[in-house]
Amino acid sequence: MIKCHNIFKSFDGRTVLDDISVEFETGKTNLIIGRSGSGKTVLLKTLVGLHTPDSGSIHFDDVCYTELSFEERKRIRKDIGMIFQGGALIDSSTVYENVRLPLDLFTNQSAAEKDERVRFCLERVELSHAGHLYPSELSGGMIKRAAIARAIVLNPKYLFCDEPNSGLDPQTSIVIDNLIHDITVEYNITTIINTHDMNSVMEIGEKIVYIHQGKKWWEGNKDEILHADNKELNDFVFASAMAKRAKMSL
Amino acid sequence: MFKIFEAIGRYFILMGKVFSRPEKWSIYWRRTLDEVEALGINSIPLTAIISVFIGAVITLQMSISLESPFIPQYMIGYATKETMILEFSSTVVAIILAGKVGSNIASEIGTMRITEQIDALEIMGINSAAYLILPKIIATMFFFPLLAASSMIIGMAGGYLIAVFTGIMIPDDYIEGLRYCYVPWEIAYSLIKMTVFAYIITSISAFCGYYAKGNSLEVGRASTQAVVASSITIMIFNLILTQILLT
Ligand SMILES: Nc1ncnc2c1ncn2[C@@H]1O[C@H](COP(=O)(O)OP(=O)(O)O)[C@@H](O)[C@H]1O
Ligand SMILES: [Mg+2]
Repeated sequence: MIKCHNIFKSFDGRTVLDDISVEFETGKTNLIIGRSGSGKTVLLKTLVGLHTPDSGSIHFDDVCYTELSFEERKRIRKDIGMIFQGGALIDSSTVYENVRLPLDLFTNQSAAEKDERVRFCLERVELSHAGHLYPSELSGGMIKRAAIARAIVLNPKYLFCDEPNSGLDPQTSIVIDNLIHDITVEYNITTIINTHDMNSVMEIGEKIVYIHQGKKWWEGNKDEILHADNKELNDFVFASAMAKRAKMSL
Repeated sequence: MFKIFEAIGRYFILMGKVFSRPEKWSIYWRRTLDEVEALGINSIPLTAIISVFIGAVITLQMSISLESPFIPQYMIGYATKETMILEFSSTVVAIILAGKVGSNIASEIGTMRITEQIDALEIMGINSAAYLILPKIIATMFFFPLLAASSMIIGMAGGYLIAVFTGIMIPDDYIEGLRYCYVPWEIAYSLIKMTVFAYIITSISAFCGYYAKGNSLEVGRASTQAVVASSITIMIFNLILTQILLT
C-alpha cells in the first residue's frame, strides 16, 4: 500500500500538484488518469522521490518515505521498479545488460545466478530472443517490455509506470496492460500506472484516480467511472465522438 | 552575473555527488575501461593528424623567420620542440579535445537526462552522477596526458619529415635542435597541465549535460555551452598553472 497525504508541489511559483491525498492498494493496478499536462508524471515522480514535495507526506506501507534520510531511501528504492514513458533504457547497453544492471549493482549473486534471473525476466515479457539487441534496434512495444523486465528483475514490491502504452497501437497496448496487471497480481505488487488511455481504464482500472489541473477530482473503479456525475471527468472519459454516442445510448 | 555564481555553486554540488563513495568498485572499473576507449583511444587519430601537421608547419615557419647567417640552423629544431612541448601539445590539443570529447560528453549525458535514463538510474538507487561522470573523469585524466606526450613526439617527427622532404634544412641539424637545452621539467609541466585540463573538460561538459532539460534543442545548446565554457576555463588555468609551475 502506498499512501500520500496533502501533497503540494510547485515549479518556479507555479503550482502543479495541489493538495493530493490518495491511497493506492497492494496487489491491484492503480490508475492515475488525466489530460496531458494535468500533473500525472510529476505526481508519479514525487511518489518515487525523484521530485521532493513542497509539503505533504508519502508512506510506503509502514514507512514514511518523506522522513527518510538519503541512505535509508536508497534501501527502499531497491523495492521500487519504474517504467518510464520512453522506456529510458540505457542506450549504450544491450537489452540483456539493461536488465542485468540492477543485479550487478545490488546483489552479490554469481554470474550464473544473474544470468538465470535475467533470462527468466526476459522470458516473462517474451523477449528471450532479443537480449543481444540495443534499444535503438527495438520496436516501441519491445522497448516497453524490456523496461518492464528491468523493473521487475529485483522483485519489486512497488511498480510505477508512466504512460506504459503511449505511442503503441491499441492491440500492443492491451498486451502491455495485461502483462503489467498479471505481474501485479502474480507477485502481489502495489502498482501505480499513469495513463490517458480509456482502453487501459476499462481493461485494468481496479482503482482509478482522476487528476485535473493538479487536483484530485474523483476516485473510484472502472465500473463506477461510467456513471460518475462529474462534468470534468465525463468530458475526459467521453472525449471521443464514439464514446459520446455510446454514452447517449447508455 | 548572478546566474554564473549559481551555476558554479551547482557545479560544486554535482562534483560532491560525483566524488562520493561508489556503490561497487568492480562496475566502475569496467566503465572506466570503456571510457578510456570511447574518449581516449578514439581521440588518437585526430590528435596525431593535427600534431604532425602543426609540427611541420612550425618548422617551416621557423626556417623562414630564422633565416639569418647569425642564427645556427639547429635553432629551428629547438623552436619547434619548445612550441610543441610548452604550448601546443597541452593547451592547443586540450582545446581541440574540448571540442571533440567535451561536446560528446555533454550531448551523451544531456540525452540521457531528457530521455529519463538518468531518472531510471536514480530509481534503481544508483548515484547517477558518480556512475556516469566519475569513470569519464578518471579515464580522461589518465589518458589525455598520454595523448599530449604522443602529440609532442608526433609533432617533432612532423618537423623532421618536412626537413627531409623539402630540404629547407639539414635533418641532422634539426635533431641537434631537439636535443639542445633539454629541460625535463618542461615536459612534466606540460603533462601536469594536461591532467588538469582533462578534469576541466570532462567535469564541465558533464555538468552542462547533466542539467540539460527540455528537448534535443537544449541538448545541442548544452554541448555548445560545454565547449565554450571548458575552452575559456582552460585558458584561465593555462595562465594560472604557467605562473605557478614555470616562474
Ligand atoms: N521539471 C519541471 N520543471 C518545471 N515544470 C515542470 C517540470 N515537470 C513538469 N512541469 C510542469 O508540470 C505540469 C504537469 O506536467 P506533467 O506531470 O508532465 O503532465 P502529464 O500529466 O502530462 O504527465 C506541466 O505544465 C509541466 O509544464
Ligand atoms: Mg506525463
